[in-house]
Amino acid sequence: MTIFLTLILLILVTVSIWQVTKILELSQPKEESTQIADDDDNQMQGKLMLVFLIFIYGLTLFSFWRWGDVLLPDASSDHGPGYDTLMWVTFSVIFFVQTVTQAFLHYFSYKYRGEKSRKAFFYADNDRLEAIWTIIPTIVLAALILYGLYTWNDIMYVEKNEDALVVELYAQQFNWKARYGGEDNVLGDANVRFLQDFDGKNLVGIDATDPNGLDDIIVQELHLPVGKEIIFKMRSQDVLHSAYMPHFRAQMNCVPGMITEFAFTPTKTTEQMRMDTDVISKVRKINEIRKINSEELIANGEEALDPYIFDYVLLCNKICGASHYTMQMKIIVETEQEFNKWIKSQQTFAQFIQ
Amino acid sequence: MSIESAHSHEDDHGHHHKETFITKYIFSQDHKMIAKQYLITGLFMGFVGIAMSLLFRLQLAWPEKPFGIFEILLGKWAPDGVMDPNVYLALVTIHGTIMVFFVLTAGLSGTFSNLLIPLQIGARDMASGLLNMISYWLFFLSCTLMVASLFVEAGPAAAGWTVYPPLSALPQAQPGSGTGMTLWLVSMAVFIASSLLAALNYVVTVINLRTKGMTMSRLPLTIWAFFVTAIIGIVSFPVLLSAALLLIMDRSFGTSFFLSDIFIQGEVLHYQGGSPVLYEHLFWFLGHPEVYIVILPALGITSEVIATNARKPIFGYRAMIASILAIAFLSTIVWGHHMFISGMNPFLGSVFTFTTLLIAIPSAVKAFNYITTLWKGNLQLNPAMLFSIALVSTFISGGLTGIILGDSTLDINVHDTYFVVAHFHLVMGISALYGLFAGVYHWFPKMFKRMMNKNLGYIHFWVTAICAYGVFFPMHFIGMAGLPRRYYTNTNFPYFDDLANINVVITVFALIAGAAQLVFLYNFIHSIFYGKKTKQNPWKSNTLEWTAPIEHFHGNWHGEIPHVHRWAYDYSKPGHDEDYIPQNIPLKKGEEELQH
Repeated sequence: MTIFLTLILLILVTVSIWQVTKILELSQPKEESTQIADDDDNQMQGKLMLVFLIFIYGLTLFSFWRWGDVLLPDASSDHGPGYDTLMWVTFSVIFFVQTVTQAFLHYFSYKYRGEKSRKAFFYADNDRLEAIWTIIPTIVLAALILYGLYTWNDIMYVEKNEDALVVELYAQQFNWKARYGGEDNVLGDANVRFLQDFDGKNLVGIDATDPNGLDDIIVQELHLPVGKEIIFKMRSQDVLHSAYMPHFRAQMNCVPGMITEFAFTPTKTTEQMRMDTDVISKVRKINEIRKINSEELIANGEEALDPYIFDYVLLCNKICGASHYTMQMKIIVETEQEFNKWIKSQQTFAQFIQ
Repeated sequence: MSIESAHSHEDDHGHHHKETFITKYIFSQDHKMIAKQYLITGLFMGFVGIAMSLLFRLQLAWPEKPFGIFEILLGKWAPDGVMDPNVYLALVTIHGTIMVFFVLTAGLSGTFSNLLIPLQIGARDMASGLLNMISYWLFFLSCTLMVASLFVEAGPAAAGWTVYPPLSALPQAQPGSGTGMTLWLVSMAVFIASSLLAALNYVVTVINLRTKGMTMSRLPLTIWAFFVTAIIGIVSFPVLLSAALLLIMDRSFGTSFFLSDIFIQGEVLHYQGGSPVLYEHLFWFLGHPEVYIVILPALGITSEVIATNARKPIFGYRAMIASILAIAFLSTIVWGHHMFISGMNPFLGSVFTFTTLLIAIPSAVKAFNYITTLWKGNLQLNPAMLFSIALVSTFISGGLTGIILGDSTLDINVHDTYFVVAHFHLVMGISALYGLFAGVYHWFPKMFKRMMNKNLGYIHFWVTAICAYGVFFPMHFIGMAGLPRRYYTNTNFPYFDDLANINVVITVFALIAGAAQLVFLYNFIHSIFYGKKTKQNPWKSNTLEWTAPIEHFHGNWHGEIPHVHRWAYDYSKPGHDEDYIPQNIPLKKGEEELQH
């Protein structure tokens, strides 16, 4: 129904544009229509420029008011707050510059709308002005670059840390697997050439001759202990994928033929996130939407949608084929005790291939 | 050199050649006809590209809903009218390829470089008319190949416009990586050959064939922009050609440049030792300069249109040239900002963040100079002028978010999300399209001897301008919410359910914007045949193309080519009655040429 209405609306808009142009065309006396803007056009279009400025501001404010709550909640990782602060500092600079420059641009377009009787002010050059607006952006950008690089180095350089948990994220069309190092916390060597060993039970291609690999644990659901540094090693068996964990401000491509790295420390358990006020209101809103969508489904004799409960998610963020949009893995952040209990209940590689 | 060649050709070109239909309209070597061929081919491809975007916008707003239009246009790829995910990816891929290369590179730069370089520097034609003709026909061939790829059995290329291997290299990975991808790669190789021939021609023409008095420091900024764009193209396009050729080798001849350790469809492939990251480097070594190949000509056109219609010299002519050169230089050393999280060394990320954010400085200088040019002007708000002003607006809005994406840290979480889509559509897509429209409205009289209807132009402008922001401003929010791009639908994750209504808003704006382009199309075609006849210099402009007769003939000017005595921006100069002084008017006694 909405589709039908929208299409009708579109047709009406098209027709009305057409009609308005016809009217405008006919209302022009034939002789005078040189098709060059005259003083009346300049008056009209200049004023519209001012209206357009208001439209830009209005759209900005409206979007924040209406859609401000779709943005990601506060970060759930150790480096996340640093990322978020850098983002808001940069955003403030951008908003300031956007507001001021758009104002000048559109106000001047309105203020100096042309009249045939007038002449423009001949003003070709001013070295001081040029210097000012070269130097000021340079200073601002230099500050942003330094701030950004400081944060970047903080996030990206994975230092040796004996206490860190090593986890492999393994990508394939169109699912994820995770591998833990087991008792020794060391991942065994692996290669796609071993994938067909043990009747296809070697899910991520572990080299069975490497003793480090036998106690590895392979799972389809990523569990992480809160407050502990996790060093992720990414692999892909077929095409490029990207391990994207938006709530942790973490992302790294998975490249066939090489191992990539990213490390972070989760700071909030899944349970804590479900108690977060922003998350609660977001989940409530989503469930309202799902309820409305369900009514439509029920009317069509289909099953209703399940109510949504918040969970962290690992998404694929590099185009990888037809089902790219479904490729995901649930992430559960829990206390260390819960994590230890969970991992003890998992089969090791050696047990699995028996 | 320039003077001699001009004189020696004088006798040949003073009068009409006897031309047949074929030499005049099809295999023409006249730059003006070639420009029109580029424009019409580019516009045709543009409508194909825009139509594709509307199709996938329908899918995004009303996911997996049946549409009759899908059944009609997509046939077996939309069973029961529901778009197939593979087709969604194919549409996204071909939309990107067509818009970036065929419309905004060839359609924009090809049209206006061809039309304006000889006319604005005072030359009879391009340095080589033959190469110019070959360049157009290679472009036409590559368009034909790309359109043909839409009709192959398994569908066209669908690996995204960047066609990263292994997805693009392995037919097992997706149906579009079969014959469709082969045609894509061949089409691009032909396109690159066409671009290189054209670019070499532009550079040689600008260096050698300027009329007497047309020093480099008197060149209009349009020519500076086209000239520098051509140089960037010559430097970077061959690298893309090498990437395409290596990818063809990997696909068809079993080499392993980009592939290693792959297991797909139950089979271990023989590839060993290559790296997709190498492809990313090669691709973006062109891919990033490419956005400046797209935007610089649009900025050049804007400089000319704004100065003419503000009846005022462009502010900071030298600074504008310096910033074009700075952008061109920096554009070749920033490609890594597309690869911050590709697995390359984080130290490289730091370097590319530094160079990338530097590029904001010359861009800011350009924006401020445009705004100052408007200050105390006498603005003639023709449709071309409105599009130029709007270009500055979207260039600022889109450019500013580049500060976020160019910062390696912030890129981590918005990389490959809709935030990127919103950013580059505003800063290079919409801005360059506005440049194209500004150019068409402004130089239509020069090309077709008639005027376009201004009221239709106004309607086209306002609907487009409002819808462009309506489409791309809300899109930033979808990206900031963490939704990856190139998703067939966002409904697979309940977490993104609250983004559905934003997608509806975006699609409605996109459909209205699409409808507005029909107004332009009607105006364009109607005006070619029935538009009001133009005067020789309708916009009272200073540049040399308006000193040439309205009638087109090979050679541009009867008799001698005009000599140049001043820069292109003597608008409203004190001490003169008229508010413009064409470049071929000698200085008055005692009049000083501006030291620029």
